[in-house]
Amino acid sequence: MLKINNLHASIEGKEILKGISLEVKPGEVHAIMGPNGSGKSTLASVLAGRDLFDVTEGTVEFLDQDLLDMAPEDRARSGLFLGFQYPVEIPGVSMVNFMKTAVNEHRKHNNLDPLSASDFLKLMREKKEVVDITSNLTNRSVNEGFSGGEKKRNEIFQMAMLDPKMAILDETDSGLDIDALKIVAHGVNKLRTKENATIIITHYQRLLEYIVPDFVHILYKGKIVKSSGKELALELEEKGYDWIKEQ
Amino acid sequence: MSAEEDKILTEVTENEYKYGFVTDIETETIPKGLNEDVIRLISKKKNEPDWLLENRLKAYRHWQTMKMPEWAYLDLPEIDFQDIIYYAAPRKQPKYQSLDEVDPELLDTFNKLGIPLEEQKHLAGVAVDAVMDSVSVKTTFRETLAEMGIIFCSFSEAVQEHPDLVKKYMGSVVPYTDNFYAALNSAVFSDGSFCYIPKGVRCPMELSTYFRINAANTGQFERTLIVADDDSYVSYLEGCTAPQRDENQLHAAIVEIVAHENAEVKYSTVQNWYPGDKNGKGGIYNFVTKRGICKGDNSKISWTQVETGSAITWKYPSCILKGDNTTGEFYSVAVTNNHQQADTGTKMIHIGKNSKSTIISKGISAGLSQNSYRGLVKVLKNASGVRNFTQCDSLLLGDTCGAHTFPYLEIDNETAIIEHEATTSKIGEDQIFYCNQRGIDTENAIGLIINGYAKEVLNKLPMEFAVEAQKLLQISLEGSVG
Ligand SMILES: Nc1ncnc2c1ncn2[C@@H]1O[C@H](COP(=O)(O)OP(=O)(O)OP(=O)(O)O)[C@@H](O)[C@H]1O
Ligand SMILES: [Mg+2]
Repeated sequence: MLKINNLHASIEGKEILKGISLEVKPGEVHAIMGPNGSGKSTLASVLAGRDLFDVTEGTVEFLDQDLLDMAPEDRARSGLFLGFQYPVEIPGVSMVNFMKTAVNEHRKHNNLDPLSASDFLKLMREKKEVVDITSNLTNRSVNEGFSGGEKKRNEIFQMAMLDPKMAILDETDSGLDIDALKIVAHGVNKLRTKENATIIITHYQRLLEYIVPDFVHILYKGKIVKSSGKELALELEEKGYDWIKEQ
Repeated sequence: MSAEEDKILTEVTENEYKYGFVTDIETETIPKGLNEDVIRLISKKKNEPDWLLENRLKAYRHWQTMKMPEWAYLDLPEIDFQDIIYYAAPRKQPKYQSLDEVDPELLDTFNKLGIPLEEQKHLAGVAVDAVMDSVSVKTTFRETLAEMGIIFCSFSEAVQEHPDLVKKYMGSVVPYTDNFYAALNSAVFSDGSFCYIPKGVRCPMELSTYFRINAANTGQFERTLIVADDDSYVSYLEGCTAPQRDENQLHAAIVEIVAHENAEVKYSTVQNWYPGDKNGKGGIYNFVTKRGICKGDNSKISWTQVETGSAITWKYPSCILKGDNTTGEFYSVAVTNNHQQADTGTKMIHIGKNSKSTIISKGISAGLSQNSYRGLVKVLKNASGVRNFTQCDSLLLGDTCGAHTFPYLEIDNETAIIEHEATTSKIGEDQIFYCNQRGIDTENAIGLIINGYAKEVLNKLPMEFAVEAQKLLQISLEGSVG
């Protein structure tokens, strides 16, 4: 479903991603770990189409399309979702209005009619339960004044609403208390199917106790230096990154 | 500035005016230039009574002693007042009984603008007095209104049919001595609307007028007079879009509102005159004097405006709060793009005791435009218990535009409570990307964000108008859709 091949990307002439290759198949969960500044968020941003970064080499295929050739909104509509590490606040724009626009753009892409107001509200109610989000939050402006944890939950709520084929969750666990972590993990698991796939970016193996990955990759200085099964996360937790640096 | 920001800004600022088409209806004009003979000719063509001609001449003589005001934050071009045609009327001026009789080309024009008269007649409860150039072409709902004693007609008709009312109120809020443009308008005004709501009557529908400039080189000098008698209520809508042209056009309108005891008048405007092209060529110069007086106790006047058009806007809808316990409100969204310049705001003059005013101003600037808020809150010595709240926000798209605020306070009574808040913000690239990542393209993202920003003002508009205004905001700021 997603095939990244020798991806290089830089910002202001400085190379951040130095040849990343990764293949994700339907139904799989991949975890990406790595020290601060290793390029995890950059990888997520490049895949989502943020053009702050220049792709200098490599290819990305997503559902048999050339991902790098698509506008960010088309990538989203085709089923690529990014849960942001730092979700941005959009004052004045209500969550309801925002999500309604987003959902209907997705529907338009799939040649479906826009949802009626009542169907939309029904969908919201349903999906709010998945992440145990209060109606209070959806009545407010997008992320405005949300606590760190609320913002992360709101990302998962949006993911539930948009039902993506491929979700990249960038440190969705940081800033969450243990209860919220369980709720978020539960939400992700509930949305997991044989057809969709997830990439989880995290620093903590704790999340991976709740969302069990099929593969764990370690990103270091813009390269994937190690890939293995879920046990790699435990090993990393024990030994720290020095162990990687030595290799 | 990053490449992405650059791209977005280019997209949103390089939009061409969408309503730029010209209806080819034969017009009857008199030659360019202004002198007493021209004024006599205008008055004669309109078959006016002598007192009105005298008023025009007095105003003209006064105007000749005046100079164009220069205090606004505007780069004003030289205007040659002798190079303007002061009167144009559609050549055929029959009064139609049904829409079938109306020039199909005109109807088509309204359709392009999304203002089908026919539909409006049935839907929405809006009575439409459509002004094409200077003469009223079609007035609907007159009968229904007449049954309630409401008068809603063109200004010229009011002069013929209700001369006493016109004579009593015209110039009572904006005298011809008020300012340069008011004097000019008083001398040469062509037509406009007149509205009278009798005692105790609540006008059951939104009264609406669509203005449209449509004859090359013709200055537009509209005049609107609204009188709400004791215990009455009316909501009045004014909206306009103008066809594209190269020559600068002068527009100097006057709107006067009188609210008697316990009366309430809501006046809403969506202004979309041609703003000129990307390079600042062409566009309407819009110098408007709008003022209302809350004459009787407990009366209320509320101005709501969405300003997206014109090359130059000079406009300060104001309230004279003369009665006790009166209320004045001003809600404004002003968008400037490319080379547009706007200097707009309000004046709240508190004379009555316990009078209240609220000012919410939202400026949005893009391109190379300049957007200024100018507001005066004045409290007279005997006005005790006055309250004012002012909120004045600016939103910038990019860093080549300017936003300015000029608040003036003249408080002569120490019991007044005056609050002022101001903010400036920018649309962030990260906000746009966040929307993109949810499947919302950049144009719609900007639309969402500015409509969110202007929500407090848009909410004050009547429903049908709010939808139109939202579209307009998006259109004014975005690259062409599709
Ligand atoms: N907008 C930017 N301008 C300049 N440098 C940037 C920008 N964004 C990222 N970088 C640089 O790219 C490198 C990788 O950053 P990235 O955010 O991808 O790291 P990360 O692995 O997600 O780290 P963390 O674990 O702290 O979230 C860092 O050195 C960072 O400073
Ligand atoms: Mg990161």
